[in-house]
Amino acid sequence: MLLSGIARIDPTFGLVPWVVMLPIIGLLLNLLIGKRLGEFWIGLIASLASGASFVISVLLMLALGRTPGPITVPFLDWITAPGFNLGWNFRVDTLSVTMMLVVSGVGTLIHIYATGYMHSDVRHNGEPSRYRRFFVFLNLFIADMMLLVSANNYLMLFVGWEGVGLCSYLLIGFWFEKGKDGLGNALAAKKAFIVNRIGDFGMLIAIFILFTTFGTLNFDGIFTKVQQNAPAFQGAILAVTLFMLLGVAGKSAQLPLYVWLPDAMAGPTPVSALIHAATMVTAGVYLIARSNALYTAAPAAQAAVTWVGALTALFAATIAVAQFDIKKVLAYSTISQLGFMVAAVGMGAITAGLFHLITHAFFKALLFLAAGSVILAMERGHETIEHAHADEGEEFDPQDMRAMGDLQKRLPWTFWTYLMGALALSGIAPLAGFFSKDEILAAASRNSPWIFVILILAAFLTAFYMGRQIFLVFFGQARSEAAANASESSSVVLIPLVILAVLSIIGGVLNLPGTSFLEKWIAQTVAVKPAPFIWSIAGASFALALIGLFMAWLVYGRRKPLAYPGEPDPLAHTLGEVYIGMQNKWWVDELYQTMFVRPYQSFSELLAQAVDLGVIDAIGNGLGRSIRWLANAWRRMENGFVRSYALTLLIGLVVILAYLMLK
Amino acid sequence: MVPISYYLGLSAILFVTGILGVLLRRNALVIFMALELMFNASNLLFVAFSAYYKILTGQIFVFFVMAVAAAEVAVGLALMVAIFRTKHSVDVDQVNVLKG
Repeated sequence: MLLSGIARIDPTFGLVPWVVMLPIIGLLLNLLIGKRLGEFWIGLIASLASGASFVISVLLMLALGRTPGPITVPFLDWITAPGFNLGWNFRVDTLSVTMMLVVSGVGTLIHIYATGYMHSDVRHNGEPSRYRRFFVFLNLFIADMMLLVSANNYLMLFVGWEGVGLCSYLLIGFWFEKGKDGLGNALAAKKAFIVNRIGDFGMLIAIFILFTTFGTLNFDGIFTKVQQNAPAFQGAILAVTLFMLLGVAGKSAQLPLYVWLPDAMAGPTPVSALIHAATMVTAGVYLIARSNALYTAAPAAQAAVTWVGALTALFAATIAVAQFDIKKVLAYSTISQLGFMVAAVGMGAITAGLFHLITHAFFKALLFLAAGSVILAMERGHETIEHAHADEGEEFDPQDMRAMGDLQKRLPWTFWTYLMGALALSGIAPLAGFFSKDEILAAASRNSPWIFVILILAAFLTAFYMGRQIFLVFFGQARSEAAANASESSSVVLIPLVILAVLSIIGGVLNLPGTSFLEKWIAQTVAVKPAPFIWSIAGASFALALIGLFMAWLVYGRRKPLAYPGEPDPLAHTLGEVYIGMQNKWWVDELYQTMFVRPYQSFSELLAQAVDLGVIDAIGNGLGRSIRWLANAWRRMENGFVRSYALTLLIGLVVILAYLMLK
Repeated sequence: MVPISYYLGLSAILFVTGILGVLLRRNALVIFMALELMFNASNLLFVAFSAYYKILTGQIFVFFVMAVAAAEVAVGLALMVAIFRTKHSVDVDQVNVLKG
């Protein structure tokens, strides 16, 4: 029976371990022999490894089209104990294949882009030998992310979950000796890692509870038990889902653990695009979608997820309005959009959440990559003037939007692709973001009016800050010599931008109202509520997006602000105190610093000084000192005179004999 | 026949003389002689009890003690010669470098 069951399965599914293995082969090749290969071959191997992964994902998708239904491909035994078996088993279903396609598809484009970007970056930072290391890390990331999305059980998922966290840490700290005071990047990497550990703690506790409650960690096993008898596990499910939410907040940068993502922009731009916008940070959304059966059984947890997502969406959007670093704006925008997705999956609108995840992967990767192209252009412009007059020792920040302006003439390709990404993100019809965001808004309108209001405000702010960015970067007058001398990037950088721009434009067809292709596709795996597209809401949000862009034009486009260095943002006058709050990120970092970091440090100080030095070391030192004192007293006995030794012997003998006789 | 207690008394006197010799004299050769005195005090006891109990074991044991003592004296005198060569003296109080 088992054999016939295997025989019926499409042999294509047997390929699924290769989506993880191929990137690992790529990274091993680069690790072992990459030193002897040139940059060209290193980039080619890494891109091919990721590209091959994408090809296999496509094959899996086609195979799933022929044979629907989740398929488990056993690979290796992992833990074999009486009553508990856990394997490295891959799961192929519509949800995992969708994620695989996004990860490897966008990942491959970013690999190609990175071959061009890192070529300049390693030279700009003065260490070309790190080119290979970058691609090793990038391939490792793809492998881990694939492991995360193709896992068949929570523990395997957790391995990928930790793996992508590690890659994130390694890549944020890629230029670990650079940054503020030569420590900035290293501190950013450390912060990301520690904040993620807090989330991972929640994730681990959730897995422990799942294991003790259900006795298995396989998705199928747990979900079947939940569906059969949800009320029996009510408390456990609530605990699991809430702890899982903590993990999601860490990985997907939600309130209150989002603080690591803006700092993570210290990594090279392709990393920001791949890990901190398109893929890794969406792992939390994937996790909730995957665990939908658990969340549906715990409405309280669903509400918590929705509120966390919605509040994050609005909160991060307000901060994004007042940032001047081109990547920081995108970082806060990413947090905000992740909030949208988390809110969507929290409301049970799995399709809407995943739809936005896919389109967001397209346009946010595009925006980051285009921002990288802008940064490269600024660096090139800066180097041109450096050559002209060599004595200019002024500090130059190629990411500061105040130093940009009027780049649309000098960077036409970058400008047009950036514009497409920005419009898609703002939700302008008929670009991808319009459809996905409106599905979320439609779901919110039927869930709770408060959520709806918060999300629509966030959507309005999204359009506003993207408009602000476009006008500050690409219009007005060039506000620095570097901007005036900027030049367009090479084609290897531009081609991925064009592909992603096309995807951002047409991405909406995935789930067009009427066809609902994605919804039917996902419904094969996860029970989704059908989400009709509500035209009135779509129209309203479209209008709001246009108003947002128009207001951005009023403030930043028409009046051409920031003409001289040091001129405050025009909003600073209008909004006053609120603007200062937004510019300072609502002092959340400072708040955490005083609430958690400082007390922890003083507590550690107390333990280190008073307890460790004062008690534990004192015990050891005191013991040593008293023994030395005793030994000093006794060493007088060893006087070297043989006759005194003989006397000692005699006394000892007499004492022993006396004891034996008097006993 | 002489009572056994006489032998015991003589042996005790010899032994204590030996101990006092070892503890009080500084000349290594005299210390050696004092050591021999202690050996012989015990030998005397062996022989006395052997005769008293009519068992030959004690007498045989004395031969062993004599042989071992002879070997020990040979080693000890060799050491003395070596020490005398470096220190030009056989005063044991001069040999006190191994102190704590």
